[in-house]
Amino acid sequence: MKEVAGKPAALTDKPFHYCPGCTHGIIHRLTAEVIDELGIREETIGIAPVGCSVLAYEYFDCDMHEASHGRAPAVATGVKRVHPDKVVFTYQGDGDLASIGTAEIVHAANRGENITTIFVNNAIYGMTGGQMAPTTLIDQKTKTSPAGRSRELTGSPLKISEMLSVLDGVTYLERVSVHDTKHIIKAKKAIKKAFEIQLAGKGFAMVEVLSTCPTNWGMTPIEAMKWLEENMIPIYKPGVLKDIEDGE
Amino acid sequence: MGEKVLMKGNEAIAEAAVKAGCRYFFGYPITPQNEIPAYLSWRLPEVGGVFLQAESEVAASNMVYGAAGAGARVLTSSSSPGISLKAEGISYIAGAELPAVIVNMMRGGPGLGGIQPAQSDYFQATKGMAHGDFHLLVLAPSSVQEAVDLTIDAFALADKYRNPVMLLADGMIGQMMEPVEFTREIDPETLPDKPWATNGAKGREKNIINSLALDPAELEKHNLKLKAKYDQMKEEEVRFASKGLDDAETVIVAYGTAARIAASAIELARQVGYKVGLIRPITLFPFPEEIINQTADKVANFLTIEMSTGQMIEDVRLAVNGKKPVHFYGRTGGMIPSPEEIFEQIKIIGGAKE
Amino acid sequence: MVKEDIIFAGFGGQGVMLMGRLLAYAGMKEDRHVSWMPSYGPEMRGGTANCTVIVSDKEIPSPLTSKADIVVAMNLPSLLKFLDKVKPGGKLFINTSLIEEDVARDDIEVIEVNANDIALEVGEGRVANMVMLGALINKVGIVKMDTIKSSLSDVLSKRNHDLLEVNKQALDNGAKLV
Ligand SMILES: Cc1ncc(C[n+]2csc(CCOP(=O)(O)OP(=O)(O)O)c2C)c(N)n1
Ligand code: SF4
Repeated sequence: MKEVAGKPAALTDKPFHYCPGCTHGIIHRLTAEVIDELGIREETIGIAPVGCSVLAYEYFDCDMHEASHGRAPAVATGVKRVHPDKVVFTYQGDGDLASIGTAEIVHAANRGENITTIFVNNAIYGMTGGQMAPTTLIDQKTKTSPAGRSRELTGSPLKISEMLSVLDGVTYLERVSVHDTKHIIKAKKAIKKAFEIQLAGKGFAMVEVLSTCPTNWGMTPIEAMKWLEENMIPIYKPGVLKDIEDGE
Repeated sequence: MGEKVLMKGNEAIAEAAVKAGCRYFFGYPITPQNEIPAYLSWRLPEVGGVFLQAESEVAASNMVYGAAGAGARVLTSSSSPGISLKAEGISYIAGAELPAVIVNMMRGGPGLGGIQPAQSDYFQATKGMAHGDFHLLVLAPSSVQEAVDLTIDAFALADKYRNPVMLLADGMIGQMMEPVEFTREIDPETLPDKPWATNGAKGREKNIINSLALDPAELEKHNLKLKAKYDQMKEEEVRFASKGLDDAETVIVAYGTAARIAASAIELARQVGYKVGLIRPITLFPFPEEIINQTADKVANFLTIEMSTGQMIEDVRLAVNGKKPVHFYGRTGGMIPSPEEIFEQIKIIGGAKE
Repeated sequence: MVKEDIIFAGFGGQGVMLMGRLLAYAGMKEDRHVSWMPSYGPEMRGGTANCTVIVSDKEIPSPLTSKADIVVAMNLPSLLKFLDKVKPGGKLFINTSLIEEDVARDDIEVIEVNANDIALEVGEGRVANMVMLGALINKVGIVKMDTIKSSLSDVLSKRNHDLLEVNKQALDNGAKLV
């Protein structure tokens, strides 16, 4: 087993290709640490999305399956039905999960698939160069909303976690953020719990992680952290949206 | 109008759609065509049109289906993986006989593939777009100016045949800048009425846009009606460009970007005495069979150049019909053949000179 | 027949795409055939950027070039990547402000331009690209310097129009170097 200073075993040595200050890297690391702590690296199959994290299959040092855009929950369903005793997770961006893949996530959740979804919401399409996502905030300027997102034209930021939380198949759903240490600690706890629920065979668990995209937001990494805190948190409030163990 | 501007292929196509009187765009981001939606996101509102980013390509193509049925000139654009998702809507559009224009800025595949230029969707565009017995009319530009002209023509052809038209180019045409001139501008208000459109049955019988026909006899009749349109396209719409056929011994057949590079190779070859000509199909469906077949009587052989492992070559072989050998050279996966590589092939085929 | 194939290369942010577009635009204004082909894709994120410009009296067949008449290398990675692309007898412009290495070819003409240093003298570090372009135009022609200057306001985005004069100054100072 390779143990490079502080690097989780569930991550390969491949350097991340993410832009400076992008929080995808933090979220990878948290997920990998949880896999290590639960000792499930050799039992885990991850599903990579299409988005900036498309190369997640190079970074996670467990079996990985690259899905087509938005279909990770369907691919995960296929894998999990073949290997019900293994741990299956999807890692998806907001374009992937909340736009093109809305149908797949809704139905995987509603079936109560016993999988874990890490949902990275950065309110924009990162990989394709900064187009509007369903999660883009009102008035936020993007390549395809150059005058700022307008509610009249494109509706409101899609709160997909709130939507999913009303489905009977969902066991646990929490929204977290990674813009400061306090939130990062909470985020890791939530991710761990989402895997534990799967290990206990209790059904669908998802963690929405608010994330930055300094490159396409047109900000420095520090400005981006601040923008997330000041603009995203009020719309996408962190917290447990569903936890049936808590009798919710 | 009429002034030369330097534009990226993608942006020029977007502007050409506006000039063609198109006021509706539905799409989903994908590289290497992102400049088309980005451009139209500000340009269409400026002319009172609608730009909408759909939640997926499946949705986008079905929005196009709706808008086309409602009587609008409507555009969508994507690149290879996205076109696969649009296939569903495109089949319905063809079945319901609606005019619409689809741009495919091809990239390497299959699957997610890459994002560099390729021509590996030729089969998909000309033969296997989706389920059912139908064809798209397929136009393949090889310069930014031609992309502009063909985009404007595409809308007219779509209306003429009530059939979806595809502009098939690749990342290179989309990303490159060349001077263009916009010499035509169509006011959508002046376009002829579409009496079949779903715009409210005020004072007329109701209109239905539909592709369902449960009675096989009826569906067969519909299929034959569609076939008659494709036959008419073969009669009236074939377009190609050619060069050096008068004295050619070898004729290269290539379209789009590959034809540009082949033209450079031909310059190299002619400098040292190889008599090489070029046939460049501009319509891929209908395919310029006749000129290829006639040329086969005069030349020694053909060389098909593609950015794929060989797709159009099947149509070239059918057109040549066994009269002469048809060779192939291609690079694929986002690799672009160099003029020197093609020149090497010409030497192999043509034998030593001097 | 006059046809020049030029590759401009540097890192993202050095304005190599702009250099190419300005030359192509000026070529168009002088009624020449022109094409501008950028590299695109993830390599541009923090990596090297390059574009190929062709200016010709005839229709341009391939907008790419296997062997360029001129290569402009604004940083070391670009030099390493494109050194072999210069035609024998061709010209290589290197930005000696960022490239200290010697050029390992003797079948080409190497033109050294300390573009960043000159740009700083003009008072605007970002116009190193224009210093280089000024040197290039003065050395090889292709288009007239006046056309380049009069194209600036069309090619520069509006929000950079306060930099028009500095850009012109940089072109002039670059031209003086060769
Ligand atoms: C069918 C299909 N359509 C479009 C694309 C292009 N595409 C790649 S990534 C992406 C969006 C990614 O955004 P998001 O999921 O928010 O992830 P991020 O890059 O921001 O991490 C799109 C539209 C594709 N690969 N496949
Ligand atoms: S584009 Fe945005 S999401 Fe993608 S790696 Fe860069 S910062 Fe991260």
